[in-house]
Amino acid sequence: MSGLHTVVCLKVVPKSEEVTINDETRTLDRSKARSEINGPDLNALETALELKEAHGGRISLLSMGPPFAEQYLRLGIAMGADAAFLMSDRAFGGADTLPTSYALAEGVRAIGPCDLVLCGEESSDGATGQVPQGIAEWLDVSQITYATRLQVLPRKRLVRGRRELRGGSEVLESPLPCVVSLKVGINEPRFLDFERLEWAMHEAPVTVWTAADLGLDPERLGLPGSATTVASVEMAPTAERRREFLSGTPEEEARQLLERIKQWIPA
Amino acid sequence: MIEPSYRADDASGLWVFLEQRDGLLEPVSLELLAKAREIADESQQVVTGVLLGQEVSHLAQVAVVHGADEVLIAEHPLLELYTTPPYTKVVAELVLARRPDSLLLGATANGRDLAGRLAVRLRTGLTADCTDLALDAGGLLVGEVTGFGSGILAGIVCPEHRPQMATVRPGVFPRAAGDQWRKGRVSRVKVSLTADDSPVRVIRRSASQGDDITAAERLVIGGRGVHGDFKILHELARLVSAEVGATRVAVDEGWADREAQIGQTGYVTRPKLAIVCGVSGAMQFTVGIQDADTIVAINSDPEAPIFESADYCIVDDVFRVLPRLIEALKARGNGGE
Repeated sequence: MSGLHTVVCLKVVPKSEEVTINDETRTLDRSKARSEINGPDLNALETALELKEAHGGRISLLSMGPPFAEQYLRLGIAMGADAAFLMSDRAFGGADTLPTSYALAEGVRAIGPCDLVLCGEESSDGATGQVPQGIAEWLDVSQITYATRLQVLPRKRLVRGRRELRGGSEVLESPLPCVVSLKVGINEPRFLDFERLEWAMHEAPVTVWTAADLGLDPERLGLPGSATTVASVEMAPTAERRREFLSGTPEEEARQLLERIKQWIPA
Repeated sequence: MIEPSYRADDASGLWVFLEQRDGLLEPVSLELLAKAREIADESQQVVTGVLLGQEVSHLAQVAVVHGADEVLIAEHPLLELYTTPPYTKVVAELVLARRPDSLLLGATANGRDLAGRLAVRLRTGLTADCTDLALDAGGLLVGEVTGFGSGILAGIVCPEHRPQMATVRPGVFPRAAGDQWRKGRVSRVKVSLTADDSPVRVIRRSASQGDDITAAERLVIGGRGVHGDFKILHELARLVSAEVGATRVAVDEGWADREAQIGQTGYVTRPKLAIVCGVSGAMQFTVGIQDADTIVAINSDPEAPIFESADYCIVDDVFRVLPRLIEALKARGNGGE
C-alpha cells in the first residue's frame, strides 16, 4: 500500500472557560464564547501527522458542525492535513452519541477506504468520551480507546496502541482498519505551517455535505435520532465550606493549620 | 429514531457489569452493586451481576455479598484479558436474550470502552460518566452528569430504548461493607467464541506501583502553582500517610502520573482530608474533591476560586508554608523521628 489514509475527527467547540452560566435562567450562555478546535482532537491530528511523516499517505479531516467550522478545518489543513469534509446540516443538531457516531461513521464511509480513524478521547463540551467506540461499531471495525501512544506496522496491516489503566498499562495490537481515540495531552500539537496557510485557507479541498448529500435519513439523526433526553438542568450545589483564612508568618500559618487538621492525621 | 433492540415493556432487571482484572473486582463494581441494590429495593427489581473472565467464579459470591441477587458467569479463555470484541459480543448476546431494563458499568478505561461500543450494538442510549443515579417518578433511570465542567448538573434519561445504560465514575458512591449472610443465585452461561471473535490482542501488560487515590483517606494535591516540584508534596504525604494527587495541568505537564489525576477527567475522590497546593480551583478540578470532609487550600493568589471551596485557607506561597508544616509535623513525631 502507498502510505496510510488516516481520517481525523475534529470538533469545533466553544472555549469552555468562556462559557458562562446565566444566573437568572440557569442555562449555559455560549454567546460570548469564542470557538476553538477541541483540544484532544489536536492531539489526534498531531498523532496523524507524525504517522504520515513516518509512513507517508494522506490525512482527511472530518467534522460535524455549523458552516463556520470550515475555517477551523482549514487551520487543520494548514497544520498538515490534506483535505477536509464538513457535515453541516441542522438535521445533525441536538444529537446524543447514538446518532452522532452513526452520522460520523457514514461520513467516514463517504470519504472512502481508510486505514485509521483517529479521535480525541472526548470533547470539552460534551465530554462523554463515547463517540469513537460508536463510530467503530457502526463501521464494524476494531477500536483502541484512550491510547497514549500509537505505532503502525503497515506491512503487517497492524496498529499497536498503549493504554493506561488503573493499576497498570497495556499494549493492544489490532488489525487495520481501526478506530483509535487518543488521550488528551499525549503530544504537543504543532503550529500552523505558514507556507501552507494561504493555500489551506483559500484553495485546499473542503467538501461540505448535508444529510441529504450522504443519503441519510433525518429520523436517524440529531434530536429525533437520539435515545437520551435531558430531563433536568440545575446548578451544582456547592457544599458549605468553613472558609477560615489563616494568616501570619509561614510558621504561624503552619501551626494554626496543624492545630485544625491534626484530628485527621495519624500520629 | 434509531430503532431500539427492545423496549421498556419487554424489559426488567438491573444489571451491573462486574469488571475484574487479574481475578480482582474493580472497586467501582462494588460501589455500583451497592447503589443498584438501593435502587432495586426502591423499585422491586432484581440486581444481576454480569461477570466475564477466565477462572473468576470466586468473585460471584463477592458480588452477592455486595448486593447482587443473581450473578451470571461467562468464562472462556478469550475473556481472560479484556478486549473489546469478545466482551461486547458476550454481553450483547446476554442482554438481547434476557432483556434487562438497565445496565450499569464503571467509568473506568475498559468500562467506557465497552459501554460506548455496546450502546451502539444494542441501539440504545448511554449516559456517560455519571456522578449520581436515581429513579424518577415514572421509574426511569436518571443519570446525573456534570456539564461543561462549569457547575451545571444535568439529569439524562433514556425513555424508550433499552437497556438504559450508564457508566458511573469511580468513587462517587461509597463502598458498603456488604452483608456476609446474603444469598444469591449464581449461574454459568454458555459462551461460544472463536479466534475470529477476538481480533485484538494484548501483547504487553505492566502493573504500576500507583496507589488507589479513590480509596485514600488523606490526599495532598498539587496543581500549576507547584511548578513541577512535587517532591515536597510527597514528603508531606509520607508524614501524614496520604496519597499524592494532581490536577490535569500538573499531569499534562508530566509532573505527576495520570493515575493521580483528580477532577472531571480524572478520579473523583472522597478523602477525610485534602491538602490542595497551588491549585486555582476550577470546577473541572473541584468536582473531584467536593465530597472531602475537610479541604485545606494553599495558594499565593488571594482571588483563587479554590478558597471558595476550602475549609482552611492560606494565602501564601506553597514553598513557604509546606516546609514549616513539615517541620511542625516532625516536631509532633510524625514520620517516625
